[in-house]
Amino acid sequence: MKKFLIQAAWPLAVFVVVITAWHLCCRWLAIPAYVLPQPSAVVRVVIERHQTLWNAFCITALEAGGGYLLSILGGVVIALFFAQSPLIRRSFYPYTILLQTVPIVAIAPLILMWFGSGLRSVMLVAFVICLFPIIANTTQGLISVPRNLIDLFVMSNASRSRQLLKLRLPYALPHLFVGLRISAGISVIGAVTGELFASSNAVGEGGLGYSITYANSQLQTDYLFALVLTASLLGFLFFFTITALEWLCLRKWHESAMKTDAD
Amino acid sequence: MIPTANPQPPFITLDSVTKRWSNGATVLDGLSLQAERGEFISLIGPSGCGKSTLLRLLAGLSGLSSGSVKLDGMLPESAREIMSFIFQDATLLPWRTVRSNVELGLELEGKTTESQRHKTSTELLQWVGLSDVADLHPRQLSGGMRMRVSIARALATRPKILLMDEPFGALDEMTRDFLNEEVLRLRENDQFTTFFVTHSVAEAVFLSTRILVLRAKPGQIAREIPVPFSYPRTAALRSAPEFLRLVGEVSAALRSVQVPSNPSNPGHP
Ligand SMILES: Nc1ncnc2c1ncn2[C@@H]1O[C@H](COP(=O)(O)OP(=O)(O)OP(=O)(O)O)[C@@H](O)[C@H]1O
Ligand SMILES: [Mg+2]
Repeated sequence: MKKFLIQAAWPLAVFVVVITAWHLCCRWLAIPAYVLPQPSAVVRVVIERHQTLWNAFCITALEAGGGYLLSILGGVVIALFFAQSPLIRRSFYPYTILLQTVPIVAIAPLILMWFGSGLRSVMLVAFVICLFPIIANTTQGLISVPRNLIDLFVMSNASRSRQLLKLRLPYALPHLFVGLRISAGISVIGAVTGELFASSNAVGEGGLGYSITYANSQLQTDYLFALVLTASLLGFLFFFTITALEWLCLRKWHESAMKTDAD
Repeated sequence: MIPTANPQPPFITLDSVTKRWSNGATVLDGLSLQAERGEFISLIGPSGCGKSTLLRLLAGLSGLSSGSVKLDGMLPESAREIMSFIFQDATLLPWRTVRSNVELGLELEGKTTESQRHKTSTELLQWVGLSDVADLHPRQLSGGMRMRVSIARALATRPKILLMDEPFGALDEMTRDFLNEEVLRLRENDQFTTFFVTHSVAEAVFLSTRILVLRAKPGQIAREIPVPFSYPRTAALRSAPEFLRLVGEVSAALRSVQVPSNPSNPGHP
């Protein structure tokens, strides 16, 4: 507990310094509120509009979370397929890299055009953006099982499915978690980006991304700040959840978990 | 005529075994060898002469280019059920506890119930002195303890043939000596036939019934040295003059294969 407090002290100190600097800047430089609202104004708007913020939070969480879960499923299945042979990897890998290199802002409008501008399409945008880190890391884990461990299973006449279940999958688990951690934050970016494009034909108030476009067009910069903070909070929550899950799964045996133990 | 020939064929037979890699390099060339049940054969020789390759051929993990290998009348692939392989690193599964690592072979075989496996692993862990750490994970063990888990795992399936590729190469001398004695003790109990690759002459002499000194390019048996000491052998043997004399002999044989056979004209094949 004491260690935790000491560890939390530094980020907290940074927080206090930044907020104070922000506040003083607004005061001394007389910056208009629509350019940079004071921290207190942001706090006020959070309290006043907590209901709408919460709704937006839930919608975006659903979209990002749904896309994220889908990408885990899809990513692991594709990685299993890729792990079958080098030929398969050579044939398909370039196209998955495409997933990573084409900017999401270019893909999002297409997806929304093809599948309509509902929640499901936004989910799909999050799915697409999350996919690559999971495929890449899981495949890497599945194919980097040491030769001797495989030989051990071969010596026991283990079938391919047993080898997969009892050797390759557990071996790839730490790698999968690397992908999951990267994708956790990205999923929120995907959902928010998707909403930016969905907003034009969406009815009523949508998720965080939708509200961001709205707040921006109305010059409600304090609300915009509140929304951006909420979006980062969501990303942080995903990241934290997955890190906790990783710790639970790997703490007993994996080296990376061991190091945090010893800290 | 009086039948003088052994009516039973040898337990393990290698007949002019040749192994060529796809790049054309020949690592083993016409190697022949026979082993009887219960023998403990050490393979020693310069690095790269093909010791690991030979073990992998015996295990059926790698195919022959020509010649034949018979283990208890079977081809290597079919003989896997009566074989265990112990690798240089302990090759434990880090996500499994010590106990379930020991049970791995039995579990994959699928012929035993969980309670039978539990019984076997309890027994074996006791044998190798690891009962206390049965529920720990490999990363919590020392190198020597990991190797003992690896040995226990290999013995859990009650193999008739044990293949060991420099199992103690990475350990300090004291741990190595201790584990050597342990291997002999386990061997008293199970009477497996062993092929043991090592770089340590003393270890080979201490453990083996027979030492094969291999030579490189082409990989062949250069010398065959029987070890006459009777079992059970104890640590005291290591300081006996006969022991030291034999260590000297094997070392000399090893030196003679390590110098290039034709240093004056290296360009010749
Ligand atoms: N898969 C492979 N393809 C091609 N050449 C190989 C392969 N595996 C091993 N070799 C070569 O075969 C030779 C024998 O290798 P091997 O591992 O059997 O030697 P070793 O006697 O066990 O050596 P060490 O004592 O260093 O372990 C080496 O020259 C090595 O480079
Ligand atoms: Mg070797």
